Amino acid sequence: MPGQPGAARFDVLVVGAGHAGAHLAMSLRQLGFRGTVALLGDEPDWPYERPPLSKDYLAGAKPFEALLLKEPEYWALKDIAVLRGRRVVSVDPTAHEVRTGDGAALGYGVLAWCAGGVPRRLPCAGSHLAGVHTVRTRADVDLMREELATAARVAVVGGGYIGLEAASVLTEMGKAVTVIEMQDRVLARVAGEPVSRFYEAEHRARGVQVMLNTVVSRIEERDGRAGGVRLGDGTVLPADMVVAGIGIVPAVQPLLDAGAAGGNGVEVDACCRTSLPDIYAVGDCAAHRNRFADGGSVRVESVQNAVDQAFVAARAITGAPAPYDAVPWFWSNQYDLRLQTVGLSAGHDAVVVRGEPAARSFSVIYLRRSAVVALDCVNATRDYVQGKALVAGALVVEPARLADTTQPLKALAAAGRA
Amino acid sequence: MASLTITSTRGDTKTVEGTAGLSVMEIIRKAGFDDLQALCGGSCACATCHVHVHPDDFARVGPANEDEDDLLDSSNERTPTSRLSCQIPFGPALDGLRVTVAKEG
Repeated sequence: MPGQPGAARFDVLVVGAGHAGAHLAMSLRQLGFRGTVALLGDEPDWPYERPPLSKDYLAGAKPFEALLLKEPEYWALKDIAVLRGRRVVSVDPTAHEVRTGDGAALGYGVLAWCAGGVPRRLPCAGSHLAGVHTVRTRADVDLMREELATAARVAVVGGGYIGLEAASVLTEMGKAVTVIEMQDRVLARVAGEPVSRFYEAEHRARGVQVMLNTVVSRIEERDGRAGGVRLGDGTVLPADMVVAGIGIVPAVQPLLDAGAAGGNGVEVDACCRTSLPDIYAVGDCAAHRNRFADGGSVRVESVQNAVDQAFVAARAITGAPAPYDAVPWFWSNQYDLRLQTVGLSAGHDAVVVRGEPAARSFSVIYLRRSAVVALDCVNATRDYVQGKALVAGALVVEPARLADTTQPLKALAAAGRA
Repeated sequence: MASLTITSTRGDTKTVEGTAGLSVMEIIRKAGFDDLQALCGGSCACATCHVHVHPDDFARVGPANEDEDDLLDSSNERTPTSRLSCQIPFGPALDGLRVTVAKEG
């Protein structure tokens, strides 16, 4: 029966049921697509949103049901077959068929690969011990919450968004938290130094021990589980729980094995088409040329990218292609701080601080060849909203004017030149 | 129980029982409206759960808070009764509330 679980072939088979996959399936129906659609995911749950996993869900402030992207009945109503708990292990682009871990074959007319990524494991001995956690799925966080009942000391490895968000929640739960970062500042990969130093100070002020320039050489075992973290200099930091937040590895191996161009992710064109016929890729795993990355090929790990690319792919699949050209945006909540980012700051050559970090409301504006490429706005929603036009137009504005808080960014956007 | 009447961007209208304790965004999402994206999941970090509150109901709902007000400024569809639905906690006092999902832009 078309559209029902168990059917051997779907007109569109969406692999990955996160934001990207769910929105792709929804967008197909919104665009009037009448063919059969399946949404296949390797988790047992209905499609849900991941950002709260390191925030409200970890804190216990939201029940899982509040994370569902849609009520379970919605999918049946839209005639989208949700195949849960299944993972694609191989793709045959000639036969237009995938094989799942249980050995079943599923045919497709179009394959939309939205599989995201899997958390990078700590590259050291002991990384597989019980008590070492990553934050990517509901199961990850449910297990963490279970173990937190008896954990007092938590070592967070990696000072990126996920690590710092987890550190803020765990600290507010009363845990003794240490953040271990190998670089000389937190958020080194994603933000400029003023933002890094600000967040480092905020975490320290709440009692988090932040260790920079520090590598982990092994996870120490105690009673068959993680009992501490041995650092590069040989000292051992006792810990009842270890949380690794050191990034993801894009889940694209079946596509690469099938011959798709790629490496760090799978390469896609402006309409999210891979190099293989009738195979699209969207979201965290899709390496694409991005105008906001100076035209470079990037993977963008965000809800915005997942959802906007999903729509681009759905348009191409339904025969109305339009290229992806959306302004990137991100957010991160830690303590009472809301960080909102617009644009991509990687590759900037100058930084302007607008406002006073000590006031806990400020923005950092990133320039490349004098043009605005990104803003990190901390408790500064107005700058975030108004700065978007500066990024979208890659406008050139005098740094002194960007720093002048008496001038709204809106006024500069009107006066700036591209 | 208190009810809420939701109109989609296409003009479809549905009246649902609202659960106290949920935000209006969560109730709209549960009701299956897929033109409300609510991308940040209710963190007041984006403006994709924008609704127009019926003018006669606006006094009961009240105006936007400061951050929300700034986010609403990013929309070309803003009207005097615009709100981000994730910032409206639903409860018996809002029984009969009428909202229309705003177009994107």
